[in-house]
Amino acid sequence: MRPSGQAPRTGRRDLSGAVAALEFYDVARRFPVPGGGTYAALEGVSFAVARGEFLAIVGPTGGGKSTLLNLAAGLLRPSAGQVLAFGAPVDGVNRRAAYLFQQDVLLPWKTALENVMLGPLLHRQPRREAQEHAMRWLARVGLAGFENRYPHQLSGGMRKRVALAQSLIVGPEILLMDEPFSALDVQTRALMENDLLRLWQEDRKTVVFVTHDLDEAIALADRVLVLSAGPGARVLGSHPVALPRPRDVTEIRLHPAFVEVYREIWAQLRGEVLRAYAARAPTEGSAAP
Amino acid sequence: MTAGRFRLLPYQAGVLVALVAAWQVTAQRRWLDPFFFSMPSAIAARIVQWFGSGSIYRHLWTTALETVLAFLAGAALGVAFGFAFARSPALSGIFDPYLKIANALPRVVLAPIFTLWFGLGVLSKVAFGVTLVFFIVFFNTYQGIREVDRNLLDNTRMLGATERDLVRHVLFPSALVWILSSLHTSVGLALVGAVVGEYLGSGRGLGYVIAQAEGTFDTTGVFAGMTVLAIFTLAVDLAVTLIERRLLAWKQGAAEQT
Ligand SMILES: Nc1ncnc2c1ncn2[C@@H]1O[C@H](COP(=O)(O)OP(=O)(O)OP(=O)(O)O)[C@@H](O)[C@H]1O
Ligand SMILES: [Mg+2]
Repeated sequence: MRPSGQAPRTGRRDLSGAVAALEFYDVARRFPVPGGGTYAALEGVSFAVARGEFLAIVGPTGGGKSTLLNLAAGLLRPSAGQVLAFGAPVDGVNRRAAYLFQQDVLLPWKTALENVMLGPLLHRQPRREAQEHAMRWLARVGLAGFENRYPHQLSGGMRKRVALAQSLIVGPEILLMDEPFSALDVQTRALMENDLLRLWQEDRKTVVFVTHDLDEAIALADRVLVLSAGPGARVLGSHPVALPRPRDVTEIRLHPAFVEVYREIWAQLRGEVLRAYAARAPTEGSAAP
Repeated sequence: MTAGRFRLLPYQAGVLVALVAAWQVTAQRRWLDPFFFSMPSAIAARIVQWFGSGSIYRHLWTTALETVLAFLAGAALGVAFGFAFARSPALSGIFDPYLKIANALPRVVLAPIFTLWFGLGVLSKVAFGVTLVFFIVFFNTYQGIREVDRNLLDNTRMLGATERDLVRHVLFPSALVWILSSLHTSVGLALVGAVVGEYLGSGRGLGYVIAQAEGTFDTTGVFAGMTVLAIFTLAVDLAVTLIERRLLAWKQGAAEQT
């Protein structure tokens, strides 16, 4: 295990001299366990995300991917190490990031429009302006005409679109996404992925996209980070994806380079998935009399 | 389900008609002593007379006023305390046993004391109603805030919310769902508080009307008072349903899902 608590190296610059959008230095996060003691979800995690980069993170379930995003969002503090956004330590909620949660988080008592307006209103934009702004964003995610529906009156895919508009309307520099499309059917999912790429292509925000679907990771990202199985998950490898853009997620899967990268990453991920599975099996078995 | 309910309506009405008819016939033939049991025609005549002369209105008004005031004051206190306790573990930790004791206390014993403290007027009934309403609203507000989905809070925080924004956009609406779910109970209790208070000591109100009739062995008056009270309760309940529908418009059709 690496020594933690060393002096943080803040504000490392990449080749072009720009500060990275997001940096993790030897980050650990431990949670107290009900019976006493702690469970280390992450241990010694280090990586950086360049400005404008689309990074995908894959890893077995329970490996600490959501924890990692919560750290980047400033919703959790690291137990050790440091998290930087644009060279500055993340202290409290990361105001330069937006977060698309794994769960449904639209406010059920607000309509689609009111949900999307929320960010601008919280940033003290006048109501009229916020409303017009939100209408434009709903149109951009293909939901013109659904402004006055409540979340429960929308399909799962529509709710994700509203959530996407809600996150993007505040103009974040970093977009954190936690398995945003995993609950959707295959067709809707491909549509949403293409929409996301189209929106990303427009202004090239920094994106950190967590998924357990390797296909999705490669189809979308510039680089794929592989996380090991927990406890004490860490970064196993970083794989650049040299596929042309703009991409269509369904067609890109047939590209020869896609298959090659897939094989390379899967070789690394497979062992971890099996390890995560094996770690779970005995506890489940022991529950039987 | 609603269709089924409406299909049952004729039968439900039939039961009422049959009972009233049986009561009327048995009382008329003296199988039941009208002195103890009165009879529907006499009760109806009494109610018509009350409304005809207008003598009942001031009693209805008093009871309605007490109910509304008790509900509003009890709900306001319940929401305020519920918020404070849910947001401050220290506060809830220290006062938890006292609240439990206060809630376990049979509140009826307080009514005479409140009459002593606040007199025979509206105030003592309102105070009594508040002790009934407060706990319902308090526990529901507390629960509603404790049960808020953490992810809703985190998401709203990420969108730029301050703690005050969270109260307005997430915590209060979330608690409101719980408070409204108990609205029928809490308004009902406010009414019970008013009527019981009047019954135990007052100069006006429906509880007073019934107590007066009982004092003079006027069974017709007792049953007439009970009938007016029942209709009044139904009207209040209907009003609550309408308010609830309005405030929970966003939930229409989702109620079955969650
Ligand atoms: N607040 C918490 N308290 C205690 N343990 C936690 C907490 N949050 C996460 N954990 C634990 O940390 C580990 C990693 O959780 P995390 O949610 O980050 O995994 P994940 O990779 O996102 O999984 P999935 O792919 O299923 O979403 C899990 O073992 C989980 O039980
Ligand atoms: Mg997760």
